[in-house]
Amino acid sequence: MTREGGLLLEAEGLAVRFGSVRALDGVSLTVRAGEVQALLGENGAGKSTLIKCLSGVVRPTGGRMVLCGRRIEPRSPHEAERIGIATVFQEVGLIPRLSVAENICLGREPGRRWLRGLVDWRAVRSRARAAMDRLGLGGLDVDRELGTCSVAVQQMVAIARALDVRARVLILDEPTSSLDRDECARLLGVIGHLRAQEMGIVFISHFLDQVEAIADRVTVLRDGKLVGSFEAAGLTRAKLVSLMVGREFEMPTGKRETTGERGAGSLLSLRAFGRSGMIEGVDADVGAGEVVGLAGLLGSGRSETARLVFGAETATRGTMTFGGEASRFTTPRQAIARGIGMLPENRKEQGIFPSLSVVENLVVSLRAKDGAFSRLAFGSQVALAEEFVRQLGIKTADVHAKISELSGGNQQKVLLARWFAMRPVLLILDEPTRGIDVAAKADVLRAVDRLRGEGTAVLFISSELEEVTRVCGRVVVLRDRRSVAHLEGSDITEASVLAAVARTA
Amino acid sequence: MNQSGLPWRRGMRSLVWPVAALALLLAFNAATMPGFFAIEARDGRVYGVLVDILNHGSRTALVALGMTLVIATGGVDLSVGAVAAMAGAVTATLLVQAQVPWPVAIAGAVALGMCCGVWNGVCVSVFRLQPIVATLVLMVAGRGVAQLITGGSIITFESGPIAAIGNGSFLGLPVPVTMMVVAAVALQVLVRRTALGLCVQCVGDNATAARLAGVPDRAVMLFVYGVCGVLAATAGIIECSYIKAADANNAGSLLELDAILAVVIGGTSLTGGRFSFAGTIIGAMLMQTMTKTLYMHDVSAEIAPAPKALVVILVCLLHAPRVREWVSGLWRPRGGSA
Repeated sequence: MTREGGLLLEAEGLAVRFGSVRALDGVSLTVRAGEVQALLGENGAGKSTLIKCLSGVVRPTGGRMVLCGRRIEPRSPHEAERIGIATVFQEVGLIPRLSVAENICLGREPGRRWLRGLVDWRAVRSRARAAMDRLGLGGLDVDRELGTCSVAVQQMVAIARALDVRARVLILDEPTSSLDRDECARLLGVIGHLRAQEMGIVFISHFLDQVEAIADRVTVLRDGKLVGSFEAAGLTRAKLVSLMVGREFEMPTGKRETTGERGAGSLLSLRAFGRSGMIEGVDADVGAGEVVGLAGLLGSGRSETARLVFGAETATRGTMTFGGEASRFTTPRQAIARGIGMLPENRKEQGIFPSLSVVENLVVSLRAKDGAFSRLAFGSQVALAEEFVRQLGIKTADVHAKISELSGGNQQKVLLARWFAMRPVLLILDEPTRGIDVAAKADVLRAVDRLRGEGTAVLFISSELEEVTRVCGRVVVLRDRRSVAHLEGSDITEASVLAAVARTA
Repeated sequence: MNQSGLPWRRGMRSLVWPVAALALLLAFNAATMPGFFAIEARDGRVYGVLVDILNHGSRTALVALGMTLVIATGGVDLSVGAVAAMAGAVTATLLVQAQVPWPVAIAGAVALGMCCGVWNGVCVSVFRLQPIVATLVLMVAGRGVAQLITGGSIITFESGPIAAIGNGSFLGLPVPVTMMVVAAVALQVLVRRTALGLCVQCVGDNATAARLAGVPDRAVMLFVYGVCGVLAATAGIIECSYIKAADANNAGSLLELDAILAVVIGGTSLTGGRFSFAGTIIGAMLMQTMTKTLYMHDVSAEIAPAPKALVVILVCLLHAPRVREWVSGLWRPRGGSA
């Protein structure tokens, strides 16, 4: 690739301070035309803050930014877009109830010639089509309501929106975290395509294989400081990880042999379990002290199965036996009362209470289990929270800090602690490592393993096959909303799971 | 609440501006009106301008306490004024037409308030109606029901004990003030000493997450709307005891808006989540002090809402994160270069 392209964006000595916390401390970054730059770092390293500076969400308290030779100080994402820096944030900032075309042109709708205030809808559509065309998605109906499109398509629409503003620098914050394999490949193809058009691209991802596949240069942050900027070609994966975490590093390994009992003796057993219109039928067994994986593509019914077991949705088909009793929960409270916990798929929308503190987020289930009028021992719950903060290595100023001030990985650890504190009999983990860095991932997996060692049954859902094969003693493969294969012990390899996932019926 | 001072201090910080506004207003009054702070004890009861403010502000404050809980769950209760009118109507009708003893009349009114509140709670939590819609129905219908109960006329009554609610005193303080203090303390203890406060905040902050975390969301909703209904009925009883009559048309009019304003001035966000009873009471008293101040400076009742609105806007602006950032920036003149 044309790695010697002209200098597009230059940031020098950027600093951001939130209260007494230095989120960013003298970080410099250069982006060249026709280059894909990967921005790496653990959760809380300052990646998000850096791109928020570039895109005008946060105003840096120090340092300067230069775009194409001109000093810039964007005050809002809108202004940043206008001068040529477009950003696709992790949480796609689009409006689900509007059409694809409306979303792409939102905020800069073409007006009619004779009256600027009136929107020229035909121009909106043709511009939207042009932008989607550049991404190789020309076939999509731009009048479709965005909310009815898959997450991958929504992600593409967000990028199309960035293309529509003729951005010279495109920033992508974890664009692949909610995509499946094919969709990822397509997105990486699009990125390559844009690189060829002399765009400068900054790309944040926790998936090192994607970084290896696409990046020309890698910039690593740690604790708000710049570790360095490296040519991607000469970098090994091990080297990358140790740069990110600041020490030599090894992922926890050692796959569990199946120790749990099967069939009638198992803690949870599902037989043709489902709900019409949602899950056709799932067979699965989970024993105490066992981690059972639910594998499958996005939309294959993994999360839906979890929600049915947990009572977030009520099952209408088949049977579920829990602890030797036929059970059918209609609310999560019932499931929780029987010792089941569930870490939901979407941390922000289903997990955290953003304006409450770490300790409140942590103890809520424990307290709620005893009923709303149960007495509260303030001191003991702070002690409990502090214990978990230490145990799981949660990075927070103190337990009374707002949870929304924590990085994603640390928020996830708080949510895990919420369930660990309950000492659950069965814990359902839906994408527990999504959007969090390698070190936090390892911490989470280790914690899950410790819980398993204490005899808790774990139902484990993850889009990362590598993780599934490493952690699970048994895997149930779902396809088209029913279970299609059961793998066990040494039969569980990435290849075998993938084969079962992909096999056409 | 004893071990770590931190959450306390956080709570206090949001009280700074309403308290400051109230202090400023009181200082202004002290400067312009001699005898504003004078309190006189007569016949085992205290008199004075401040006592008047407390007395008349306590009705709004009572309702606003319940409204605080409702708003903290992310809802709103527009029906409190109508419920107050119905409660007054029931009290008077039971006393005059059914000739029941006064405790029965009060119990009837309170029970009605609770039913109205629980009905709102059922609409919101079971039928998933938007709170503003669910309570709007009762707001409009309730006043009609009150008219129906009184037969369209103002019912006057002579009942010593009930008149004493609005006009008597308890431990030297007017009875409504005592009722407000008792309600505030009871709610504060209930909410902070049990898991209830946490549950309310969780439901308001993220209802989906609350359900998945096992928070009994329906019970919480029924409770907060129920409490709001009971407090609204109490305010209605106080109002009709002031004038020894039930006026279905005017009783509790605009009470819902006053209560919402008190909550907002007190620093509780309309989007739900964190709440503060202390802030709400200060908010209610701030508004009552405004009213009294304007009245004492001979500002006519017609234009009084205008200066009042000014103060309300000011306090609300001071709650906005942007303005706070800017104001705290004035104190610490660093930044720019770090």
